[in-house]
Amino acid sequence: MAAADGEVTFSAPHIVEYAYRRSVGAVLGRFFTGLRERKLVGTRTRAGRVLVPPCEYDPDTGESVAEFVDVGPSGVVTTWAWVHAPSAKHPLPRPFAWALIRLDGADTAMLHVVDAGSESRMRTGMRVRPRWRAQTVGEIRDIECFEPETGR
Amino acid sequence: MSEAEPVKSIVTPTRLEYEYTAVGAQARFLDEISRGRIIGQRCPQCRKVYVPARGACPRCGVPTAEVVEVSDRGTVTTFCVVRVPSENIHLKLPFVAAHILLDGADIPFFALVGDCEVSEVRMGLRVAAVWAPRAEWGPTFANIRHFRPTGEPDVAFEKFKEHL
Amino acid sequence: MREVAVVSFAQTPYLRRERRRSEVEMLMPVIAQAIERSGIQKAQIGFTCSGSSDYIAGQAFAFVGAVDALGAWPPISESHVEMDGAWALYEAWVKIQCGQADSALVFAFGRASTGTLPETLTMQLDPYTLAPLGADAVSLAALQARALLDARLATEREMAEVAVRSRRDAKRNPFAQLKGDFEVEKILAEPYLISPLRKHDCPPITDGAAAIVIAAGEVARRVCRRPAFIRGIDHRIEPHQPGFRDLTVSPSTQLAGEQAGAAGRPLDLAELHAPFTHQELILRRALALPASVAINPSGGPLAANPMMAAGLARIGEAARPILEGQARRALAHATQGHCLQQNLVCVLEGE
Repeated sequence: MAAADGEVTFSAPHIVEYAYRRSVGAVLGRFFTGLRERKLVGTRTRAGRVLVPPCEYDPDTGESVAEFVDVGPSGVVTTWAWVHAPSAKHPLPRPFAWALIRLDGADTAMLHVVDAGSESRMRTGMRVRPRWRAQTVGEIRDIECFEPETGR
Repeated sequence: MSEAEPVKSIVTPTRLEYEYTAVGAQARFLDEISRGRIIGQRCPQCRKVYVPARGACPRCGVPTAEVVEVSDRGTVTTFCVVRVPSENIHLKLPFVAAHILLDGADIPFFALVGDCEVSEVRMGLRVAAVWAPRAEWGPTFANIRHFRPTGEPDVAFEKFKEHL
Repeated sequence: MREVAVVSFAQTPYLRRERRRSEVEMLMPVIAQAIERSGIQKAQIGFTCSGSSDYIAGQAFAFVGAVDALGAWPPISESHVEMDGAWALYEAWVKIQCGQADSALVFAFGRASTGTLPETLTMQLDPYTLAPLGADAVSLAALQARALLDARLATEREMAEVAVRSRRDAKRNPFAQLKGDFEVEKILAEPYLISPLRKHDCPPITDGAAAIVIAAGEVARRVCRRPAFIRGIDHRIEPHQPGFRDLTVSPSTQLAGEQAGAAGRPLDLAELHAPFTHQELILRRALALPASVAINPSGGPLAANPMMAAGLARIGEAARPILEGQARRALAHATQGHCLQQNLVCVLEGE
């Protein structure tokens, strides 16, 4: 094939594909084990701040964090963004919202998606709850998505 | 909590899609090899010929434009015997991976040596390209299947030692 | 502290897609120009550092291949950061501070046209809790924009004005990719891409490269008529999880700015690495830039966003008016990660 000025070029698809198996450690391991059981877990720092997703170390002080706290299952949307035309890499095939969700009992928000049906249903401050997959394995996508707590 | 094992690991699949476009010297090289010609480029400063053509002299850091066709025959400068399988390698184990200095080039490149016993391969061995059938040629180095010994006398070490 | 100055800057014309040259072929003229303009012989350059990311073009060890553009014989002292070249410049600055070099060549490149950049950038997310969701760069930026709008710290109109101003100013920049006159009302009428971001709020996809030579003060004064002295340079990073941060402010930029001495004498201009319109508003506030400071006279990343080189280009574009005698004091900012997670501030001044 020729480029605009007649110089030859060749194109070919180039796929970079790999699957890593990552050890998760004790803290994230507890989080993922909780997800497998359809439970949400955070970590509490010495200052009493509850972090979700859980952290091995307090981001403010660097101290290790070892106390686990049940959080959620519902929470509050602290910010959101509406995807009008999802890509193949997005977690839902229909328009949806990304959201930062502060689960009840947590002091931080976690990223996930809200299957609100339409952009007009999204509001910062709205309450959402998780919709779990039929089969859970211990990963963040055991939560298929969140949905408005008041139902669709 | 259930009695099941705690989660110890997760699998994170990754897939990124790119469209790679060979341009400039790379494209020229692929275009020529699709016609059975191997080309390099000569550096205007140090005068060395680099194969495959790469648009730059790594020694001088200047663009290379002068195209030089090199032979499809050359000399094994160094080699190793591979005993572990690898995808896309058509030779049976064990096979020889070698650096081949084509006649006319100043740097060797990686290629396989076949059609002989691994014990026959040595530094200085003269080899020639074994091409795929012409009908299968495309813009790819895979047009050359591997190299085979030619039977010519070996090249003396002094003649290729600076290309190691 | 040794004095260190920018003595030259060169860049490629920024393109949507580089069709004719490989990365090495793109880099050679830029590196040659930066060295030639520096007044320092190539063989005298004490250290070379580059910034790039293999994931951008999908080529493992692309940065090793790029060394072909340097003519690294006899062997040179060389390093690389898998980051924007602004951080390569920081490493080179440290090298000179340590007395291990008196001059350095810094370069950066990115060929994003080969992949799907917003998806590629998902790979910089935490692999346990974020990347598996497939959140792309635009989606995360949109979350930050919504937070800013909710906090009434910005309006969509103000964001559109940033876009219009940037692309209009880019008309004067022969290297800029996306330039022209747009109207705020017209672009606000266009549909959202990922609400609340519209296409104009996002940077273009760009292929390009940039290079800068820095030198210790005594060398800079000998080779350069008007060196742009780095009066301060600092970088800071915030937690990775977007939900752990207040996305409406940039404390890392504020702190880096303070440490770099941004407040002080008045600035003539600031080149801010804000790939999204709303981020310029956050950065202006974090750096407390008065209205008198021209922001991104080059057009900034909204006019050309060569991945891994855009931050280095901000330093170059801030230095250039000083080198040319048009300005006295300038600020350059560079960012990495999603939603302004990590920020570098560099303050430049002529004598």
